[in-house]
Amino acid sequence: MLNKIFNLYRDGFRNMTVGRTLWAIVLLKLFIMFAILKVFFFPNFLNSKFKSNSEKAAYVREQLIDKSH
Amino acid sequence: MELLDVSLVNWSRAQFTLTAMYHWIFVPLTLGLGVIQAIMETIYYRTGDEKWKKATKFWMTLFGVNFAIGVATGIILEFEFGTNWSNYSWFVGDIFGAPLAIEGILAFFMEATFISIMFFGWNKVSKGFHLTSTWLTILGATLSAFWILVANAWMQHPVGMEFNPDTVRNEMVSFWQVLSPFAWNKFLHTVISSWIVGALFTLGVSAWFLIKKRDTDFAMKSIKVAAVFGLVASILTALTGDGSATNVAKHQPMKLAAMEGLYKGQKGAELVAIGVLRSDVQLNDTSDAFLFKIGIPKALSLLAFNDLNAYVPGINDIVNGGYVAHKTSQTALSFDEKKLRGNLALKSLADYRKAVAEKNDSAATASRATLMANYDYFGYGYLDKPEETVPRVPLIFYSFHLMVILGTFFIALFGIFTFLSFKSRFNFENGRWLLYIALWSIPLGFIASQLGWIVAEVGRQPWAIQDVLPVKASVSAISAMSVKITFFLFLTLFSALLLAEVRIMLKQIKKGPSQEH
Repeated sequence: MLNKIFNLYRDGFRNMTVGRTLWAIVLLKLFIMFAILKVFFFPNFLNSKFKSNSEKAAYVREQLIDKSH
Repeated sequence: MELLDVSLVNWSRAQFTLTAMYHWIFVPLTLGLGVIQAIMETIYYRTGDEKWKKATKFWMTLFGVNFAIGVATGIILEFEFGTNWSNYSWFVGDIFGAPLAIEGILAFFMEATFISIMFFGWNKVSKGFHLTSTWLTILGATLSAFWILVANAWMQHPVGMEFNPDTVRNEMVSFWQVLSPFAWNKFLHTVISSWIVGALFTLGVSAWFLIKKRDTDFAMKSIKVAAVFGLVASILTALTGDGSATNVAKHQPMKLAAMEGLYKGQKGAELVAIGVLRSDVQLNDTSDAFLFKIGIPKALSLLAFNDLNAYVPGINDIVNGGYVAHKTSQTALSFDEKKLRGNLALKSLADYRKAVAEKNDSAATASRATLMANYDYFGYGYLDKPEETVPRVPLIFYSFHLMVILGTFFIALFGIFTFLSFKSRFNFENGRWLLYIALWSIPLGFIASQLGWIVAEVGRQPWAIQDVLPVKASVSAISAMSVKITFFLFLTLFSALLLAEVRIMLKQIKKGPSQEH
């Protein structure tokens, strides 16, 4: 069974034509998204400033109250 | 409101719009083309005709191109939630967490497992198992869309939650309430209208083959499937659109009024079929908002409330309040009354914070009670003037009407192609102009789909969560410059992806169904 599954994937990847280009695009895209954009441009704002959930809650509460003034 | 950086709000909003609209180029084609390839494979399974297998494999290749280029583009929206919209993300975390977690698991396990069998499994697994995998792939993609749309519907109609002032989060109290009729209708309307995009794509590409006099048997077969499927999808989209209007009338009356450019409420309100809005209409303007219009008497009341004589409030009425909403005994509150309650809710949150810090339990209990009693209008505490509650009426009005006009055109187009493709001896040689119409209709499906989202999302402004949290209170305290930079990074990345998609698609289409892909 496992052998059959392995063969399915092995033969599938071997016989790809346009699929090779598509995989290259997918991998490049994922690299840009997760290794560059996420790391350097999209840190989680609250996680980067606070450690605990209560700190995050307190900060958001301040923000919500302050923004109403 | 002086504390708010307008530039930050606008750039964050622009970035979200850009990424969502680009993402939505790929999604409807995946959902529509996925069903079409599955229908073709089902015909192959039932008839054993190898021509259907060839057709299935051709469309499956194009599906694969679109899927590969589009996959994970939606994750960028989640990046933005965490960075640009941290107040919002924290505020809704519990409600969004469950649907998005289910979406992630389903997307990964269903799509990832069955898509590989779909592409690699020809002649490796049984015909039945392969067909099942094809259907499960598109079912997985559709279920992914379902959970995202449930989360979106909740923002339009927040139900099934309770605000916790300690955690500052909306916590889910009823999962079944979150799966509201609003959510179901949004899912059906969005997914079924996506089928139209796939059907128009299949119809248009097949028309190109007929124009080029290539692979005509394959093209005629594909046209038959696309036309019938597109016709069914177009009619169902119109029906679910009616359901959407009913939900919007009930829960987002301002959006409905903006969709129709209705400033002054009416009993037996007419539906504007075609119209040109005046550009200088102000709130509480009593003169006609239209330079020109052709209306269908009483049709808006019928569409919104299934009652020819129902009262449909206009923009002025919603701001001024004092009317009784259809089939309720409740008198609508004015903006000023809602603002008063919103201010009270926000003040109660501040008082609650102070009482908890001072360990004054009775004051905390009283503040919490006041907050909860006024929480439905929490977001109004952030607004200064009634004009802020009115979305961009011309953009919504024209988007809505163009979408309806395109929807009507799609019914006619698919109807004609269904009739002609099943007519014996008709081969489109005498009606080549029809083929060109089909070819040039490919982008119209995408346009109509985007217009639908413009109506839904611009129409609910200023709210991120209807009545509870405006967009301007949702943003993170980050620099507008950083959002500008990432806006242009995304513009570059998505444009490159779109160009790659178009180039690879065109190459595969030119190869045709006879060659290996």
